[in-house]
Amino acid sequence: MSNSKTEERGRRYLNPYVGGVLLGLVLLAANFISGRGLGASGAVKSVVVTTIEAVDKDAINTMPFMADYAESHSGSPMKSWLVFEMLGVIVGGFLSGAIAGRLKLKVEHSPKITSRRRLVFALMGGVLFGFGSQLGRGCTSGSALSGMAVLSMGGFITMMAIFGTAFALAYFFRRNWI
Amino acid sequence: MGPLAPYEIISENTNFLLAFFIGIAFGWVLESSGFSSSRKLAGIFYGYDAVVLKVFFTGAITCMLGLLFMSLFGWIDLDLVYVNPTYLTSAIIGGVIMGAGFIMGGFCPGTSFCGAAIGKIDAMVFVVGLFIGVYGFAFTYGWWEKLYYANYLGEPKLSEALGMKDGLFGLLLIIVALGMFVVAEWAEKKFPREEY
Repeated sequence: MSNSKTEERGRRYLNPYVGGVLLGLVLLAANFISGRGLGASGAVKSVVVTTIEAVDKDAINTMPFMADYAESHSGSPMKSWLVFEMLGVIVGGFLSGAIAGRLKLKVEHSPKITSRRRLVFALMGGVLFGFGSQLGRGCTSGSALSGMAVLSMGGFITMMAIFGTAFALAYFFRRNWI
Repeated sequence: MGPLAPYEIISENTNFLLAFFIGIAFGWVLESSGFSSSRKLAGIFYGYDAVVLKVFFTGAITCMLGLLFMSLFGWIDLDLVYVNPTYLTSAIIGGVIMGAGFIMGGFCPGTSFCGAAIGKIDAMVFVVGLFIGVYGFAFTYGWWEKLYYANYLGEPKLSEALGMKDGLFGLLLIIVALGMFVVAEWAEKKFPREEY
């Protein structure tokens, strides 16, 4: 890709500081309207609980972690704030990509690695992130970003643990990215 | 006076509907900032693209300032705004596991849904991984239960823990963030990558 094309593509993204202010306003709206921050992994949990319940109603009772969650969501884990919010995220992401001309079915990876390698690592990364988000009570959105905005000590700790670990391990995975 | 839902100024169903619209705005901002691309996201860890740091910290600071001012003006009761509890052990270990997932997978949960929404297959695979990971945690919860509840500190604010007023802490956080932005701008020039 030529330089000018790269620049052109770069311009189609929002200025990161403008994007940050907008993100902050969305987060502020969530706090003002609903008294809570943004999130993502909690919606995955809702879907997992619903799926387990649908497949085998008894299975959920053998999993205290999921049974507690199902109980605390008045019988219907899909009727949760985060599920509606994440459905919105998919719509919003799609609309933004459509308007900017970025809708394309593809595996994005460094030219130095194969698609297959990228997908294997994406899967492993997803599994770890999913697991870690449950142990840490929220992911980058729910724990780190939203937590920091309300000055939660846990939010700052999780943020530092996530980014610190990723920086510390970056050297070992550099072939995947640079 | 906010927050609206906890004060029952809006109904539960209205709250869910607004959650959907908040989500649309959230997804829109993430995608248009470039968070649907794993190679842009991972750039922060190699210095060639610091968009994550810039957007993330600008967002956190904007919201924090907004909440502090709204509280000052009496527009919002911060006692009713959810503050994440602090379970020290699981916050650290969970964060470490998530960090490993971040550098391997190139996404976090929110951004992976954004990437999947515009057709990134690697993001879709990451989302599949998320489901496996969440299921795996639930399935093996008995092994981690003690760890999950270890070192509970309540719902402390970092400002309180440091014995500072929220406003002063906020100011310091802004100064730290500005310092990081300077480093980020420098790193992007120092480790440029033309094509990714």
